[in-house]
Order: sequence, then structure tokens, then C-alpha cells
Amino acid sequence: MKKAIRMDEKDNVATALVGLAAGDEVEVISSNRQVMQLVTARDALPLGHKIALTNLPEGAVVTKYGAAIGKASKDISVGDYVHIHNVRSDRLPLTEHMLGLK
Amino acid sequence: MEFRGFERPNNLVGVRNTVLVMAVCDCGEPAARQMAGGIEGAVPVTQYHGCIAMETVPTLVGVAKNPNVAGTLLVAMGCEGLQPEPLREEIAKAGKPVEVVNIQGVGSTRRAIARGSRMVRDMAERAKKQQRKPCDVSRLVVGVKCGGSDTTSGIAANPAIGIMSDMLIDTGGSVVMIEPIEAIGAEETLAARAVNEAAKQQILRWIGDEEKRWTVPGASVDFMCAGNIQGGLTTLEEKSLGAIHKSGHRPIKGVLRNREDDLESVPPGGGLYLQEGIHLELHAMTSMAAAGVHIIVFATGTGGSFGHAICPLVKVTGNPETWARMSEDMDVNASTIMEGKESIESVGKRIFDEVVAVASGKLTTGEQLGFYNFAVWKRDPRLEALLALR
Repeated sequence: MKKAIRMDEKDNVATALVGLAAGDEVEVISSNRQVMQLVTARDALPLGHKIALTNLPEGAVVTKYGAAIGKASKDISVGDYVHIHNVRSDRLPLTEHMLGLK
Repeated sequence: MEFRGFERPNNLVGVRNTVLVMAVCDCGEPAARQMAGGIEGAVPVTQYHGCIAMETVPTLVGVAKNPNVAGTLLVAMGCEGLQPEPLREEIAKAGKPVEVVNIQGVGSTRRAIARGSRMVRDMAERAKKQQRKPCDVSRLVVGVKCGGSDTTSGIAANPAIGIMSDMLIDTGGSVVMIEPIEAIGAEETLAARAVNEAAKQQILRWIGDEEKRWTVPGASVDFMCAGNIQGGLTTLEEKSLGAIHKSGHRPIKGVLRNREDDLESVPPGGGLYLQEGIHLELHAMTSMAAAGVHIIVFATGTGGSFGHAICPLVKVTGNPETWARMSEDMDVNASTIMEGKESIESVGKRIFDEVVAVASGKLTTGEQLGFYNFAVWKRDPRLEALLALR
């Protein structure tokens, strides 16, 4: 089964260890390689990108490595692809230059 | 747990027995290179900032004092502002051989090379007589660094190196992490690990000052780029947390000063320290070497074929493709984490074992190639003054 890794027990997102397709059932493992939960991917996402492990209402803190990495900028459901389209940084807003658009 | 190292004066221990042939500035560098040529254990280095770069003195002294160095030959042209005698006096405090060859003083570059070469050969022969002896692992000082990072670095290599950091500190050893630019966005997490209020303030200033240096209006840099985002990093917080993961989870005892007039050594007694400095790989490695680091563990996604003049470099990749293509340039394979075949803890233990083996003399991939890169970072006192960071 395809795997995603949850870096810390407090995390509400996991990082895909392989590319995922919508509908894939994904095994979420801990850093100690224990299977922690199963989640069904609702979107396709590439290796190294994140999938939601819980529902995250708009404004909820997104946690990876046991720490806040930003806040949900819209409602996120379990299994959703979590990236710049639904999370914003509390520290540094993205600019068009950073996105390579300017 | 023990490794086999070289006892040095002042109760220090080294993991290598290098004879350093140090041109105090770039004009003496070709001569220094020839003096070291063909002599086992001799490594030529210089700083490429010119002959009045007094800001490099603490680093040059620090690397010569590094316990991996058995002795140092200073090579001077003779007319430089950065004179070798004060360097020699300072380096001599480490209780190891240190000598000077002055090319203009000798009066002929060829004769100076011949004389210097004899001195290097002499030091190398004396160094060779020294035997490795069992030393407790608690005496090891390891630096952690990443470069050529990719999506796998924050998931596999850095977290596994963090396990190594925790293991070494738990046995009484020391770990140093440099590159404050990588910590911008992870202030709270790092500050929360400070052993006391003074260390907390040092950490916040370490990051805050670096942010000011890179956000000068009209000349600022982006802390996130399109490549980061394509790799899956959503926010600066996420990127920074992945980078600082290589420092592990133990309390941070403080920030080591690394300035044009003051370079602080890693204090005895073990624990985790941060160090002021730049993130550029080789410059950062030299800064850590100057503070007394023995071995540097380097996380890389893309791979890389370099070594360091003073510190053996243990290269760790979490990228399965890099491992497949460049395994002969890598020291530890962390890509098993990406493949779901091995836990981060298990890879961390293998990195720790590799560090101990390298400390006892196992050659790293960079050393097998005979690569001894060296670069010196020079803080710009004028920028510091303009930004009121002094």
C-alpha cells in the first residue's frame, strides 16, 4: 500500500512518500514505521506533498514536525491535498516572485 | 562507548592527524600547495580574501587549533598585512607544532618551497608516530549541515541526522548547528528548547540578526522559492522546521560567537550549541571546524562530491535516485525512509555508528577521493555597523 509519513504524533498532516492518486488508500506511518491510520486520498498529490489526517476548518492550525506550519485558509477535509491553495503562513506571505510568476 | 582518536595537549582529542599547510593569504597559496604535495596527511589551505583580511584571523587560528590538526606550517609571502607571527603565537597556545616559512625572507620561492616541504615532511613523520588510543564517545564534537536540499531532506536525511544528534548528546557528546538563515520561521520551536533565558535571547537574536542581513531594502532575498513550493513545502515555517530537524530535540545551551574579532570554541561538557555564521556549505564547515568540531554530518538531496580540509564529512542522502546514481559519493543511505523500508530512528542509529567509525579512522567518501575543500567566511563589519547589529 502507498505510504505517507506523519513526522510527529501531534501532526494533523502526513507527507506522501510516493505520488498519490485520488481514491488511493494510504497507510500513514510514524517515524518509527508503525502504521498509525489509513486515509483515502481525495486528490492526486506528488511525493513530498501533504495530505490532511483530520478535518481542518478555516483558521485551524496546521501542524507538522509537532509545530505550527501555518493556518488553513479554507476548510480542509481529511484526505485533502494540503498546500499553498488551502494553507497560509503566519510568518511570510508568498509573493508572485517566490512562486516564480514575476 | 569508545572510538580511537589522537590525544592532543590541553585534554583534547582528534579524529585525524592532519598537517596543515596554511598560506595566510592567497598569494602564498600555490607555494603552500607545492610544499604539501605528495606528503601523506598534509593538506594545503588558504583564505581567499586578500592579504589584509584581518577578519579571517579567528577562523585561521581556530582551524589550526582544531584537534584534528597535528601541526601547522604557516606560509607567508612576507609583505602581507595579515602577518604570520601573531597567528603563530596564538596557534602555539594549543601546544602543537607550528612553524613559519616566509617566501620573501628566504629570498627565493623555490628555496622556500624546498624548506617548507622539509618542515611539512618532518611534522608528518612525527605525527605518524602517534597511535590512536581509546577515547570516550562523549569527547566527540559533531557539526550538522544540509545542502543541495530537496523534498527528501526534511522527511528523511535531516530527521535521521537529528536522531544521531540526540544519541550523541545523550552519551555526553556535543553537536553544533550553524546556518541561522535556515531557522528563520522556526524561532518559537528553537527558542522553546533554550536551557535558560540567556540562551533563549541568544537564539532569537541569532535568527533575527540574520533576517535583517538578508532583508536589506533593495537587496533582499526570498526565503522561499518556486522550487521549494514545487517540492511540497507550503510555508517558510515548514521549510525551516525541516532544516533544523538535524539538530535533534535536545535543549540548546547557547549560540557560539563567530565574529571578525571573536570566535568561540565549543565548551567542554557536551550538549547542543548553535553557531553564528553563513549557510554556504564550505564556509559553514570551516566555521564549525574553527570552533573545534571533529566531524560534520551533511544532509543532501542532490548529492555532492566534496570533502573538508579539517573535518571528515559524513554525507547522508534521503533521495533514492541520488543513492542509486551516486552511492559511491554518499556515506549513509537514508532513502530507505522514503521507500518505507526503514524507520527514521534506525537510520539515525546507522548515522551514529558511521560517525563513530569515521572518528576511529574510517575514510569518508570525500577523503577516499582526496578532496579537502576549504573556504573561509568573512563577516562584513561595515554591514553589521550599518544594520546596528554590533
